[in-house]
Amino acid sequence: MKILFRLLIILLFFQNYSLAETSQEVDKISKNLRCLICQGQSVYDSQSDFALSMKILIQNKIDEGKNDEQIYEYLKAKYGEWIVYDPEVNKNTILLWVLPLILFVFGGILIIRKVSIK
Amino acid sequence: MSKNIKLISIVLFTLFSFFILLKGLDKSNIYSPEIKENNVNFNFKAKYLFSEEEVFINELLNNEGVSLINIWASWCLPCRDEHAYLLNLKSLNKLSIIGINYKDDEKNAKQFLSELGNPYTNIITDPKGINSIEFGAFGVPETYLIDNKSKLIIQKFIGPLDDKSFAKIINLVQ
Repeated sequence: MKILFRLLIILLFFQNYSLAETSQEVDKISKNLRCLICQGQSVYDSQSDFALSMKILIQNKIDEGKNDEQIYEYLKAKYGEWIVYDPEVNKNTILLWVLPLILFVFGGILIIRKVSIK
Repeated sequence: MSKNIKLISIVLFTLFSFFILLKGLDKSNIYSPEIKENNVNFNFKAKYLFSEEEVFINELLNNEGVSLINIWASWCLPCRDEHAYLLNLKSLNKLSIIGINYKDDEKNAKQFLSELGNPYTNIITDPKGINSIEFGAFGVPETYLIDNKSKLIIQKFIGPLDDKSFAKIINLVQ
């Protein structure tokens, strides 16, 4: 019984150890990936089967010597643009990119007008 | 005058937001990917379910006709529902069906097949779920119709097969 208990503690220790082992590079990349089957979570946050496999895959790709950009490209080709939290500029997302700029300029004009009136 | 402009712009902005949100209501929030690339790199190794040997997926695809790749697991309930369709497709003898056993216990997988029948020409295992990502899979079950010659995905079926997708496969095979 005592031996079993000790073994359990050792096992627990190793488990924690292996959890801490997951590389920071994987964390960094998976934080930028959307978990496609869970709503509003990144791959990093999720514990779903999909996300767990994805993390293993990212680690494998890093071990193969792929850099961040190559991994994102690879996943985009498989799952489409939606998987990355970084929308490309295209005709669907142009409003998203341009709107803040328009608002900024518009606000600036408002402020200048107000100041110059005074 | 400037009061009018303010009022008009507020009304316009409200209307604008209203219509955007209204349009958003019709949009389904189920995501299905627009795949840019239909070709899959089949050049990876996986272990057979019924032996210890490893094989390249490339070698499982013939040089002509179409193949069906089905991702399944014994723990997946919808897989049980679609199994009859797969058995049916097998009896047509028109295409080879390659099973990918997703994150499964091998014993349970074999049990599942002896219980419900084995529609697969070949079965490979995917204990970590990373081979399935190569196909752009989300989970189980998923089915892909693949053109053997060009090695392109002709059609993706996400979720269990049903009458509609079954008819589609039959149509594409013939």
